[in-house]
Amino acid sequence: MIQFILRRLAVAIPTLLVLIVISFILMKVAPGNPFAGERTVPQAVLDNILARYGLDKPEWQQLVEYVYNVVFRLDFGPSFQYRDRTVNEIIGQGFPVTFTYGAWAFVFATLIGVSLGIVAAVRQNSWLDYLAVGFTVGAQVIPNFVIAPILVLVFTLWLRWLPGGGWNGGHWSNVIMPVIALSTSYLANIARITRSSMLEVLSSNYIRTARAKGLPSYQVIFGHALRPALLPVVSYLGPVFVGMVTGSVVIDLYFSTGGIGQAFVNSALNRDYSTILGITILLGALTITANLVVDILYAWIDPKIQL
Amino acid sequence: MKLHAFLGAAAVAVTLLGSTALTNAAQVPEGTTLAAEQVFKYRVLDNINAIDPQIVEDVDTSSVVRSLFEGLYNSGADGNPVPAVAESHTVNADNTVYTFKIRDAAKWSNGDPVTAGDFVYAWQRAVDPATASNYAYFVGLVGVVNADAIVAGEKPVTDLGVKAIDDKTLEVTLSFSSPWFIRTLSHATLFPAPKAVIEAKGIDWTKPENIVGNGAYTLVENTPGERVVAKRNPNYWDNEHTVIEEVQWLTINDENQGLTRWRAGEVDQTDVPAGQYPALEAELPNETYSVPQFCTYYFDVNMTEKQTNEALKDQRVREALNLAIDRDVIVNGVLQGGQTPAYSFAHPLTAGYIMPNIPASTMTQADRDAKAVELMTAAGYGKDKPLSINYIYNTSEAHKKIATVVGQMWAEKLGVTLVLADMEFQTLLDTRHEKNYEMARDAWCGDYNEASTFLSLLDSKSDQNNSGYANADVDTFLAEAKTSQDPNVQYAKIEEQTAKDVPIMPVYFYAKVFMQSANVKGWPFNDVEQNWYAKDLYKVAE
Repeated sequence: MIQFILRRLAVAIPTLLVLIVISFILMKVAPGNPFAGERTVPQAVLDNILARYGLDKPEWQQLVEYVYNVVFRLDFGPSFQYRDRTVNEIIGQGFPVTFTYGAWAFVFATLIGVSLGIVAAVRQNSWLDYLAVGFTVGAQVIPNFVIAPILVLVFTLWLRWLPGGGWNGGHWSNVIMPVIALSTSYLANIARITRSSMLEVLSSNYIRTARAKGLPSYQVIFGHALRPALLPVVSYLGPVFVGMVTGSVVIDLYFSTGGIGQAFVNSALNRDYSTILGITILLGALTITANLVVDILYAWIDPKIQL
Repeated sequence: MKLHAFLGAAAVAVTLLGSTALTNAAQVPEGTTLAAEQVFKYRVLDNINAIDPQIVEDVDTSSVVRSLFEGLYNSGADGNPVPAVAESHTVNADNTVYTFKIRDAAKWSNGDPVTAGDFVYAWQRAVDPATASNYAYFVGLVGVVNADAIVAGEKPVTDLGVKAIDDKTLEVTLSFSSPWFIRTLSHATLFPAPKAVIEAKGIDWTKPENIVGNGAYTLVENTPGERVVAKRNPNYWDNEHTVIEEVQWLTINDENQGLTRWRAGEVDQTDVPAGQYPALEAELPNETYSVPQFCTYYFDVNMTEKQTNEALKDQRVREALNLAIDRDVIVNGVLQGGQTPAYSFAHPLTAGYIMPNIPASTMTQADRDAKAVELMTAAGYGKDKPLSINYIYNTSEAHKKIATVVGQMWAEKLGVTLVLADMEFQTLLDTRHEKNYEMARDAWCGDYNEASTFLSLLDSKSDQNNSGYANADVDTFLAEAKTSQDPNVQYAKIEEQTAKDVPIMPVYFYAKVFMQSANVKGWPFNDVEQNWYAKDLYKVAE
């Protein structure tokens, strides 16, 4: 196990380096620069700005210095767009926000989704099943950029229960709607995967054996069927977790949470090179970690899998 | 609601001499019952950048900076300058040396007095290559001696034409005669800056725990993408007249979300989503506003050698295209928000500017169309010999609609095919600047309330001259206007020449369309630049 983790981490480092180099090249190839605005600045001014950020150096040197600072000092450099902030500050401010609503959404989607899937599978073709399937189909096809404004319309404008946006340091009233809007479609997917996987397991021979020897229903389901049924769910949860905690532009856009999703998109549109790279590296590292965790969970759930 | 008449701003500029002019503050009429909670919440996009007077470049962040800092003069409710940190000023006969008397009561938020030296430091900081400000050029643009040379690194910052005679007297020397210099002082670049704090804290000086300002408010919170909060500054010299206790700039990126939250009472002011003005105006006439905005929307025609479309090099083709744009349809049919048709470049409500009568502006659209067909035929194009033109614009519903409608007009009237290409804003800027286009969307908002803020773009040497227009006469008129007793003479000639050459096709003058809660009072509707100061606002009890 330890050897497996070490091996995976050893691969992760060159993967991240390749990610940095590719992002760096893509960024430089894209037209535009972070300092262009509706007002074209005189060349003398632009030269001063480029010199200040080290962008007057040869590109290979910029790349080497950047990688050096990231690897040895964990310093992602100054933001080119926000002149009074460093990328570390942008991530330090936005990531905890995103992580908070993302983690809650993850927990919510997983718990409700798995429960719904189990109920639907166990009571297949009952009204409970139809209700669950109907709900999940609905939740899947309504995108979150439709759910978000509807939530605000209902809970902010009509009922006046919840604030329509903002973060307020993570006050519960500001967290609820982002969590619902972000988790709905994931919840639906999880429920559907759980349901179909559970149905498959429930029709297998060893479950028939378990029932034949007279085990009570709950023991059959939770003792024998659940673990194998969760395998496909777990492999789905890895990328879902990364997707959720690294933020959703839609959530940030509609709820003004100050999360990192909006910062990521803004930085790409503004050609804020250092911020794009910083967030890309963060996302890359999280994806690699999440995949690792999924693999370990796999081995734990299914003893047949050797790491 | 109403399109506010702009008589105030359109009036001829009044020369302000001495302390005769009123200072500005919340003008609460007697007998008004003020609301118990004086918190003004203003919706912004996720674009609040560095709250640093010498760095800031966008409109929304400037509104934050105007609350936290104050320059020599503010812009008043009608857009004319009112004394702020400067109590008065004198100017020499040829308008090249301005001497300001700094108010004794002016203090920083930490209690230190605001001195002439704070302005010298700030202005030098703005042009210092080490500061690398995007707005460094502004100091030279308004005429301060040696600004451009310092930006270019050819002279030391100490050579800048600004000096402190004593703590309370500031002298500014200009490189050309400028009767409108006072009008540029409400721009953030020329605000003072607290030297001690900046030197001690570096880029962290604008953080709420470090920042020291001299405006009516002090910064309490700045959470990017969420909100900026400022509270009343008890050390502000005119604090007794401030009514609003707290200002919040709330980030709401989506216009419709902004409107929903405005309806829920979570923000006091928000922009009207595109196309919804007529409906909202009918539903909420007392809270829906459309006021002229200090910007012009226009098309660039690439006038340089890089342009490969031969037809566009023909003046007759350009004039025909320009005439065939039915601006009334765009303004009344597409935009529907109180915008006005534009046939010339400078905004008609620019202080002191008299908009010349461009021939096309007085014709009927039928006459314009007839003349357009005539010109096009003379140039050898028409429905039997169709012309194709490539047009670029940055991705946006509104730009797309306008381009589509104009393309349709040209196709029907002149047989022209307009090939549209949308691109990201940064890509558009690059492509336009490199002159790799045939026609492009463009727009300009004035930096200060004088016509040269628009017309100087037509100078062949201007960095902002996106069409690459070069006309020696226009350059000469621009130079003459700087020292002219009545620059309107030159401005009229410039507009007329440009209308003839058609390097740009002005389409419309902007309007700012917004919802404002009925209990908010004191908004500067008559300031064409819409430079609002939270200290001038107040909320009445409902």
